[in-house]
Amino acid sequence: MILEAHDLVVRYPGASRPALDGVSLRLEPGRLVAVTGPNGSGKTTLVRALVGLVPPARGVALLDGRPVASWRRSELAKAVGVVTQREEIVFPLTVAETVMLGRYPRLGPLAPEGPDDRRAVWDALRRCDVEGLADRSVDTLSGGEWQRVRVARALAQEPRVLVLDEPTASLDLRHEMELLELIRALVADGLAGLVVTHQLNLAARFADRLLLLSEGRVAADGAPGDVFRKEVLASVFQWPVTIGRTDDGAPQVVPVRVGYQPAAISHQPSAVSPQPSATGSDGRPLTADG
Amino acid sequence: MKRAARAAGGSVRRAALVLAVLVPASLAVGIWAGPVSLTPAELWAGLAHAQGAAGPIVRELRLPRVLLAFLVGGSLSVVGAALQALLRNPLADPYLLGLSGGAGLGAVIAIALNPGWPWAVPAAAFAGAVGAVALVYRLSVVAGRRLDPRVLLLAGVVVGSFAGAIMTAVVSVSEAAELRRAFLWLLGGFGGASWRAVAVFAAYAVVPLAALLLSGRALDLLAIGEETAQHLGADVERQKRLVYAATSLLTAASVAVCGIVGFVGLVVPHAIRRAWTPLHRRLLPVAFFAGGAFLVLADALARTVARPLELPVGAVTALVGVPLFALLLRRNLT
Repeated sequence: MILEAHDLVVRYPGASRPALDGVSLRLEPGRLVAVTGPNGSGKTTLVRALVGLVPPARGVALLDGRPVASWRRSELAKAVGVVTQREEIVFPLTVAETVMLGRYPRLGPLAPEGPDDRRAVWDALRRCDVEGLADRSVDTLSGGEWQRVRVARALAQEPRVLVLDEPTASLDLRHEMELLELIRALVADGLAGLVVTHQLNLAARFADRLLLLSEGRVAADGAPGDVFRKEVLASVFQWPVTIGRTDDGAPQVVPVRVGYQPAAISHQPSAVSPQPSATGSDGRPLTADG
Repeated sequence: MKRAARAAGGSVRRAALVLAVLVPASLAVGIWAGPVSLTPAELWAGLAHAQGAAGPIVRELRLPRVLLAFLVGGSLSVVGAALQALLRNPLADPYLLGLSGGAGLGAVIAIALNPGWPWAVPAAAFAGAVGAVALVYRLSVVAGRRLDPRVLLLAGVVVGSFAGAIMTAVVSVSEAAELRRAFLWLLGGFGGASWRAVAVFAAYAVVPLAALLLSGRALDLLAIGEETAQHLGADVERQKRLVYAATSLLTAASVAVCGIVGFVGLVVPHAIRRAWTPLHRRLLPVAFFAGGAFLVLADALARTVARPLELPVGAVTALVGVPLFALLLRRNLT
């Protein structure tokens, strides 16, 4: 056990329902948990609550058994690295300077960076395969390179937990796979991993455990094969789906074409009967069809 | 990585070398320039031995003036750099957050009332600036207890405009002589420099300057965004308040001793960012010395180009700073 949440409830002022409503979660070394769900289901709020940036109305988030609210931010940053959804560059630094910012919680206000700091930065750059970009200005990087640099900065914190919020949101197929393979490898090295993503199929492919959120509540929680049930996904996403499998056995979801039926779609998801589609409902591999 | 580290080390040495030449040279030019022409020998005699006619000119007029310009220029450019990071806005300058409006209003009222006390104008300018800052701060933390830089920016502009409007009203019903005095004061100048002003400013500036110089690493984090800064371990709310308080107090004091000197706080930090480094731990000290030297030279120019008249130093900083900055922009783009 490293980072865990028990029965978290978070309310934003003026909102009609809680942003999070009774969510529990456990992150452990060597395991990757994916949090997924529709837009507005509370995924980012869960990340913020896990690291103490929003106070829970009920429940608690614990790091090493201690409530995260009682940790100093610099102490927390030594244990948990977070890569946020977006980061706008106003004053561009070089890649090496950006990754060195990950050493902030370990550096005083004036002392120059020491050999330990340089080694941590160098290791992080190499681990994320961006050491060749060290002297480049970050505003000249591609989307994939920039994401890997941000992961490297989190690694330079030498954390035990790595949390990534929609890390592949703007990446193409190759960079998306590259980044998730990197995350998987980091977790295999012993990090506790949490990835927030609305990309169900990626989550099912890479995570050991899936947490499916719907309107702030846990709709399903378990191994990808247990969470990827047709009725569950159709009801959470309010769209008919079929489930297939990849060659390596990961469940994959395919939304069904139903034509344009606004009333049926938005009000009676369960009444829409999924049409048999290109993907066999007998669970034949998707790859065989496509 | 090793190459990057070496490059950074080299650039620090280069910055130190340039400053080691620039700072003494600017001070020498500042002491030499003025309505009365002095030979280097006369200057030295006045400076070192208080001898001859040059003694009082150098020791009582030029030296305090040069030192005050240096301290103010350095403070303004440190403030500008810090505010640009805090607001994540390259256009931020020390007067953006309503300070100039508040200070101007205080000064203009003091000039209009003309109480005859020599420190009335600086004291009123300081009070006006602090009043404006307090009002802007109050407006920015109304929603919740967070200090939101975007609201801060809006509140600053709004409070500044409001103070400016009152100032215009006061000035327009004033007599011609007062109007001219108020106008010249607003454009800034070091004509009123004295050893006492140097001592008061220096003693006062130590704490806020030290607070900003020690916040270099935190400013690097604030500049990349509050959320990420928190994840990287910064106590963001505390840092924002600290930076806001320190920059406000420094700017208010500089307005009190020399009026509003634009452009130093905007251009010097950008020039250093482009020429050396955007990392604040190195940028802030370099900005202090470079900003000080820049303002000393601008003031020397202001005293000499239209001898025996003096130009407002704020006009000179823009006249010199804009072309320099344009050159730098072009060099970095190509």
